[in-house]
Amino acid sequence: MTMEEKMGGSNREDEALDRFPVGMRVLAVDDDPICLKVLGTLLLKCQYQVTTTNQAISALKMLRENRNRYDLVISDVNMPDMDGFKLLELVGLEMDLPVIMLSAHSDTKLVMKGITHGACDYLLKPVRIEELKNIWQHVVRRKKPDSKDRVNAQNQDKASGGIGEAVQTSTSSSDQKFNKKRKDQNEDEEDDGEDNEHENDDPSTQKKPRVVWSVELHRKFVAAVNHLGLDKAVPKKILDLMNVEGLTRENVASHLQKYRLYLKRLSSVATQQANMVAALGGKDPSYLRMGSLDGFGDFRTLTGSGRLSSASLSSYQPSGMFGRLNSSAALNLRGISSGVIQQGHPQTLSNSINGLGKIQPVGLPANQNQNGTLFQGIPTSIELNQLLQNKSANHFGELNPVNNPNVFGVATNFPDARMTVGSSTSSLSTPSGSPLLLQANTQQAQRSGAFGNQSSLDVASLNQESFDMGVHGFSNFVDNGRCHENWQNTVQLSSFPSNSLSTCEAFSHEQLHTNNLQESISWRSSHLNDNPIDLSASMANAGLEDSRGDMQCQISPSNNVIHNIDYAAKQQWGENSSFAGADSLVAGAPYVQHLEAGKLAFNTKLRSNEDILFEQRKPQNEFSQNNFETLDVISSPMIKPEQYNETGMMEGELGYDSFPLGSCI
Amino acid sequence: MDLAALKTQLKNFVQSMFEEGVLDNQFSQIQALQDSTNPNFVEEVITLFCNDAEKIINEINRNLGYQNVDFSNLDSYVHQLKGSSSSIGANRLKLACANLRQASDERNKEG
Repeated sequence: MTMEEKMGGSNREDEALDRFPVGMRVLAVDDDPICLKVLGTLLLKCQYQVTTTNQAISALKMLRENRNRYDLVISDVNMPDMDGFKLLELVGLEMDLPVIMLSAHSDTKLVMKGITHGACDYLLKPVRIEELKNIWQHVVRRKKPDSKDRVNAQNQDKASGGIGEAVQTSTSSSDQKFNKKRKDQNEDEEDDGEDNEHENDDPSTQKKPRVVWSVELHRKFVAAVNHLGLDKAVPKKILDLMNVEGLTRENVASHLQKYRLYLKRLSSVATQQANMVAALGGKDPSYLRMGSLDGFGDFRTLTGSGRLSSASLSSYQPSGMFGRLNSSAALNLRGISSGVIQQGHPQTLSNSINGLGKIQPVGLPANQNQNGTLFQGIPTSIELNQLLQNKSANHFGELNPVNNPNVFGVATNFPDARMTVGSSTSSLSTPSGSPLLLQANTQQAQRSGAFGNQSSLDVASLNQESFDMGVHGFSNFVDNGRCHENWQNTVQLSSFPSNSLSTCEAFSHEQLHTNNLQESISWRSSHLNDNPIDLSASMANAGLEDSRGDMQCQISPSNNVIHNIDYAAKQQWGENSSFAGADSLVAGAPYVQHLEAGKLAFNTKLRSNEDILFEQRKPQNEFSQNNFETLDVISSPMIKPEQYNETGMMEGELGYDSFPLGSCI
Repeated sequence: MDLAALKTQLKNFVQSMFEEGVLDNQFSQIQALQDSTNPNFVEEVITLFCNDAEKIINEINRNLGYQNVDFSNLDSYVHQLKGSSSSIGANRLKLACANLRQASDERNKEG
């Protein structure tokens, strides 16, 4: 076959040709023998190679024995010997195989859970043959980075021919395009392919063999990570420590990401609480550095749902992933954009968590701001009930379930945690971001899918220099699906020596209630009176997940700004468009907007001094989830957090119910 | 011929079950799965199902007989039965399971 020629004749390659979709090797696990039998037969009908077992443990054993033997795993959710989700996790972590969940339950929560645990797909019983015909795409998708393009392309043809089902053809044609694209990609990667040698496979010029993380390898990996310390574990160092031939930094990096996710998930609950407490102590403005958030990029992947969209102030990373602060930081001034907005999406949360885990290390270093605390946009993995689609599932996701009550509590704490920002360097980044998460979680309670945590707090009250107040996009919990976006308020207030606070508020509000926004904005602006604050609020309109309106309001030191902001806000809200820099957000007062259901906690700390930080915090506390408290920090040097209260809230109180500020990210 | 007559009878029987809603599309899928490589597929599946279902039903009965019915336990059995029955297309049984689950959710023993 031509493919073979191209492939360069590795066995795997040859097989690969046949693999997609025909001949794909599937492992099916289900305790119910009838379902198992039916499933097995259906799969055979699809021309896959099937292995069945009704024991999860034996399935694991088989997978461990020879990882290469299977391409895909289908597993039932309820099984007597092991929880289906646990199996899913283990397989994903150890073997990086696509796993499909199967259940008679169509409960959304379970689906969410499946996604956060890394499932590729979730099928409902009774399983239909059409659905099974499509599952091979998950395998292909996984291997996308590998140079399977060629194979795929060929397979595509083959697939379309072979499968020949109506269902298939339609998908295959689209896949073909997909494959072709990949093919092109692969071609580029061919050179790289050489470098990535699969430990087990022969090096293939075209294919980038997938690294299989054997138990031993994983053990080495874990040892290396522990040696370095989770926070300090960078792929390069791990790679060096592991000293395994043929392993690339990318392999390690992706594995590390997964691992962190996994850990976060485990520890999120526990740490949340701890973090919160800890966070409170510190005054550091933790803000994520957006820049550093780049790392989040990974998370991006996580949030499929894009919830976390971190509204990076300036640069929005549309990806739902955490509201990265980075952009906002860029905006501003100080770049403290820590508002990591974690999108409420529960789903994303989970992803974000992953991201978080990851971010943490990233964020921290990034803190450019004086305060190192990045709050890291803790991926508020709010695992809100719904699993964040994002793979990256915020590690918070774990938190989410924490329960709403906690969540709220967290939220408040969160502000505190963030507030700690005030003191420089307290990296709130909460070790596990839990505080953030918590917040997110609480937000989650809101469950509105969008949990925007914005932990961007930030703002470290720079002594006068600049507050970078990262307005954290407090997690705005978006009510049901309201702002998913993470709203990151990376309000970075950087107080210029001239006392200009620049608050970057990134609000991503999905649903900004125009009113709310305006109000909040106006509210804010009023506060600005005090100092010329440069607020750069990047409001990310959550509304648009994709389009995060980064509203960067550069607040001109004049009060006018405030007005502008109002205006801007209004506009924004109205249209959910990100305010362009033109709108200066006078974030004089960091108002924390609580979005109730989608509360966005804006904390724009306009504070020119550290106080603000606290102020903000307070507002946060104040805003008990339901109230949007806009922290009017500015108004009084310390913007009284009280402002938050509804009354104080921006003029009209931010009451964004759905103030998507942040929520939309 | 007896064989043909039997076959026809079977076909009619199945058809009537479809109409009654006892069986649904899934069953046709199962039937479609039967082919040369799998000659007795349908039969095997049905047999398996009957055996398995019987066991589960017994369990359920037993559970219901207790004074204090353990609903969560019951729920898992019912769920299993529901999964099996839906896999082969036993529609009515699946619906019955759903009802049973709902009743048990409400802790309604009577239901």
